[in-house]
Amino acid sequence: MSAGPEVTVIETPGGAAKRRGGGAPVPSTYGEDAKPRVGFFTDTSICIGCKACEVACKEWNHVPATSSELTGHSYDNSGDLGADTWRHVAFVEQRLAVGGVAEGAPDSFVAEAHRQEVVERSGIVPERDGEGLRWLMSSDVCKHCTHAACLEVCPTGALFRTEYGTVVVQEDVCNGCGYCVPACPFGVLDRREGDGRVWKCTLCYDRLGDDLEPACAKACPTNSIQFGDHGELRARAQERVERLRADGMAEARLYGEDPGDGVGGAGAFFLLLDEPEVYGLPPDPVDTTRDLGGMWKAAGLAAGAIAAGVLAAFAGGSR
Amino acid sequence: MSLPDGERRGATYVSPDAAHENGRGAMTERARFRSYYGRPILKEPVWTWEIPWYFFTGGLTGASSALAAGARIAGNEAVARRATLTALVMTAVNPALLIADLGRPERFLNMLRLFKVTSPMSVGTWILSAHGGAATLAGSSELTGRAPRAGLAAELAGGALGCALATYTALLVSDTAVPAWHQARHELPFVFAGGAMASAGAAAAALSPVSEAGPARRLTVAGAALELGAAQVMEHRLGELGEPYHEGQVEKLNQAAKGLTAAGSLLLATAGRRSRLAALAGGVATLAGAACERWAIFRAGFQSARDPKYTVVPQRLRLDERRRAMADGATQS
Repeated sequence: MSAGPEVTVIETPGGAAKRRGGGAPVPSTYGEDAKPRVGFFTDTSICIGCKACEVACKEWNHVPATSSELTGHSYDNSGDLGADTWRHVAFVEQRLAVGGVAEGAPDSFVAEAHRQEVVERSGIVPERDGEGLRWLMSSDVCKHCTHAACLEVCPTGALFRTEYGTVVVQEDVCNGCGYCVPACPFGVLDRREGDGRVWKCTLCYDRLGDDLEPACAKACPTNSIQFGDHGELRARAQERVERLRADGMAEARLYGEDPGDGVGGAGAFFLLLDEPEVYGLPPDPVDTTRDLGGMWKAAGLAAGAIAAGVLAAFAGGSR
Repeated sequence: MSLPDGERRGATYVSPDAAHENGRGAMTERARFRSYYGRPILKEPVWTWEIPWYFFTGGLTGASSALAAGARIAGNEAVARRATLTALVMTAVNPALLIADLGRPERFLNMLRLFKVTSPMSVGTWILSAHGGAATLAGSSELTGRAPRAGLAAELAGGALGCALATYTALLVSDTAVPAWHQARHELPFVFAGGAMASAGAAAAALSPVSEAGPARRLTVAGAALELGAAQVMEHRLGELGEPYHEGQVEKLNQAAKGLTAAGSLLLATAGRRSRLAALAGGVATLAGAACERWAIFRAGFQSARDPKYTVVPQRLRLDERRRAMADGATQS
């Protein structure tokens, strides 16, 4: 186990002020009970879009069913992460062929299916250059950020940092104020309809205690979702991306793995084959609480302006 | 703002808005950015109508407390009484709005489990609670004539807390990932402060005899100037990110806010010096302007969260800039 210093980055809610200088880890509040930080490495290059993770997550965590309407966005009918979707598989269809742009390729698999149908009915095979379609699939999840905006802005303490360095909502404390919803730079959290509280991935906190891996990782048939020690996963991700690049996939990149990013690095990071925004991920997410000092200063000055305005108003007498 | 090269193939996505809103703004026109089927990256806030009204009433209550304290010190009993009672009445409304918006209102007290400086909502709830206590005490003393010393102490404390109550709400929205709010974080507190001053001044000026209401009128004019000026600076600084403040219904609210605030405070400062009726009309218009301003800001945040362009484009530019700087550094060394 390569337990670097980043492995034990576990924060207290009040740790924000201490840790801004260069992202140094703060001492855990758990003392001897602290566990090595765990996380997910989702290698999207081997995701086959089976959605076993979505199903396993729902089953294990008793997450309510979501609407089953068809979005028309390839095979994605769950849309995005939310209160009732803690793993979400994105499907991106691209005309960009592996190894070069193919002209004359269909726009999507739907278009391709339609072409096949025309071929079968008419017997005429239109001319095509190459195969030309690429299918990106990626299982998204809560990032369990090192600097988690949701946790920092939560006024009740319902969101907390576990002894494993993950971020979890305590449903018996959450009062549904909704502050974490727009605070999350990834749009992970949402309030559950008819319930009033906020729900998200717990990284299967209940399973971790029994040394079980999270349900999604357990169910993943290709090991696209890998669970484990955070430091070990980072090393593995680095190896994997280098290997893919050496094999000619120059577009392979890691996302959320860098502790120098705007959220101090994610507990759950990804290997992507295109820009993050293509998968619905923000290209440069930031924990806005890092600007809080300046914001309090501005609010303080503005409060002072009210006091000064009132005093000045009475300087000229009652008329 | 220039945009990343638009020659990428694949999932290149032009916002559906860009197609029919061409000409609205440069960013929209040039916005050729990539996204996941045009879906939002951020979640829109779950806050409903109670919250913009809470921003408005919080400003009115807080600045009324400050005005009451100032009037008491200056010996202007007519304004002091009315501002104190305004604060007392609104103090009952404030928490009601806030609690009603919770997903689990019965758990409101969970807010008071912690005092958490990283959470503007936590700090704000404590400010609201402390101010509510002070305003209730000051108002009750004013009404009953009892415990005048405690009443005065509460009034002064309420005045100080009121300044914080009127401005923390700007921080509440700017400490989110919502682009139209976070990028406006330097100016929003001053827009809110100006709106609060104008509201409190307008309410007191409308309710007080014109011969005593001079300070309230001056506060209204100063507040309106601060509100309009800060909003102008904010929109200028936001540049193309400020588009959500000028789309559809938000644009209407924005214009109503500016028009009502300017006209109301002007009426107060002129005819309102002689006529009680003009003071009432000017006061109501100014209050309506402050309410529209909060609604415009609230709605603009939703628009900017809904369209991935406001999330992707600035971040992509920031990232490309950083990469270029790193590449330059590497070639130099």
